Amino acid sequence: MSILEVENVSIRYITGDFKDIGLKEFVMRRLKGDYHVREFWADRDVSFTLEKGDMLGIIGANGAGKSTLLKVVSGIMEPTRGRVRRQGSIAALLELGSGFDGDLTVRENTYLRGAMLGYTRQFMNETYEQIIQFAELSDFQDRPFKQLSSGMKSRLAFSIASLVHPDILILDEVLSVGDGAFRRKSEVKMREIIGSGATTILVSHSLPQVREMCSKVLWLHRGEQVDFGPDVAGICDRYAEFLAKR
Amino acid sequence: MYDKLSRHRFLFEELVKRDFKKKYKRTVLGMAWSVLSPLLTLLVMKLVFTQFFGRTTAHYTIYLFCGNLIFSYFNEATSQGMGSLMGNAGIFTKVNVPKYLFLLSKNVQTLINFGLTLCVFCVFCVLDHIAFTWKLVMLLYPIVCLVLFNIGVGLILSALFVFFRDIQYLWSVFTMLLMYMSAIFYTIDQYSYTVQCLFLLNPVYLFIRYFRKIVIEATIPTVWFHLLMAADVLIVVGIGCWMYKKYNTRFLYYV
Repeated sequence: MSILEVENVSIRYITGDFKDIGLKEFVMRRLKGDYHVREFWADRDVSFTLEKGDMLGIIGANGAGKSTLLKVVSGIMEPTRGRVRRQGSIAALLELGSGFDGDLTVRENTYLRGAMLGYTRQFMNETYEQIIQFAELSDFQDRPFKQLSSGMKSRLAFSIASLVHPDILILDEVLSVGDGAFRRKSEVKMREIIGSGATTILVSHSLPQVREMCSKVLWLHRGEQVDFGPDVAGICDRYAEFLAKR
Repeated sequence: MYDKLSRHRFLFEELVKRDFKKKYKRTVLGMAWSVLSPLLTLLVMKLVFTQFFGRTTAHYTIYLFCGNLIFSYFNEATSQGMGSLMGNAGIFTKVNVPKYLFLLSKNVQTLINFGLTLCVFCVFCVLDHIAFTWKLVMLLYPIVCLVLFNIGVGLILSALFVFFRDIQYLWSVFTMLLMYMSAIFYTIDQYSYTVQCLFLLNPVYLFIRYFRKIVIEATIPTVWFHLLMAADVLIVVGIGCWMYKKYNTRFLYYV
């Protein structure tokens, strides 16, 4: 049994319906006769399966439907069609910097984020020092979060998130946080997690990274699945060629 | 449900803490406001309406306070609950957490405010020579019902608010009308029997009436009265839960 099965998943966004445009626009457009509900398919018929220990790299230009796909895999969204079957716990690290509260202090935000990721209070009490040290924020613990620089914010986010031990780990562009020194540190940490046997899904715009780390690749383009398979080098070559032509 | 709640207990506690800190951030009086604002309303009403209704109504201050106590809790819990889902969009679009937690956390906060005001209410009762009998225990029934009722209304409002932002303006008009129709500062004795029965359709009035019956008249309302309140609560909570269940995965398209 595969640890993650994604079968013909399609996701549709609807724009311009009544709830979206409001009463006034709705009446106006009805009168003018140009009321249309537009559909937008962020993903169409995407299928792949992952076994334990697999590392999937998802590649594709902006707007390819990568983030939406991850939201479906992590259970935040339901697919419009198709289905997702997963086994075991899942942790999704999506757009790390967001979801913090600017008015709370660094310490409070750390606990809140830890709670969101499903840690226990005891676990947070034990690891709090470690998190702050890893993020190099020891001097800022009681400062309001909004006073931090954006690099600091993502460093903290990464430090909290990197403590997860899920069966399936989803990483959306998290390997590119902070300055050079922190990036190296975070990559080591990331490899540790991946090495512990978790099935990982990684979205990255860095082809060398995908080539080096991944065992399978999924290539999306405007919601269509262009290619999927264990032939990492082959797919990456074709993707690089495709990028060069554009 | 219970299993889920215990799993998310830590998150729930942190959300409650956050809401608390944010609410009283940079206020000089902090939590005192939650007691002060109903007291100020009470003072104004007492000054204005004693002329008209105070002479014929026994324990008019307590009569007013009952109305204000219930209504301000209802008003605060529902108006603040309305934004709870939208305000946390940044969280539930990134992490898969039960969405009702945000509303419940807001409700904990307003419940604490209510509790504080209730303490002041008791002090007023003592000052006004209200006899304390065992019947006061019965107040637990309307309080529990009111808490559930507020949660139910909050569920409906917060779900609607995601789709129709108009609801915030509509609701503020509605609550104002409701205030005038809840007999907070007047008595309904002058109305005909039919009109008096119509008042029973207003759930907020039911809660206020229950409080007054127990505290001022020291009588326990009929069984039917209890059932009517329970029915109101069930309907509202039912609709609220149904909406959250139905739109659970669709909220994020509209935030």
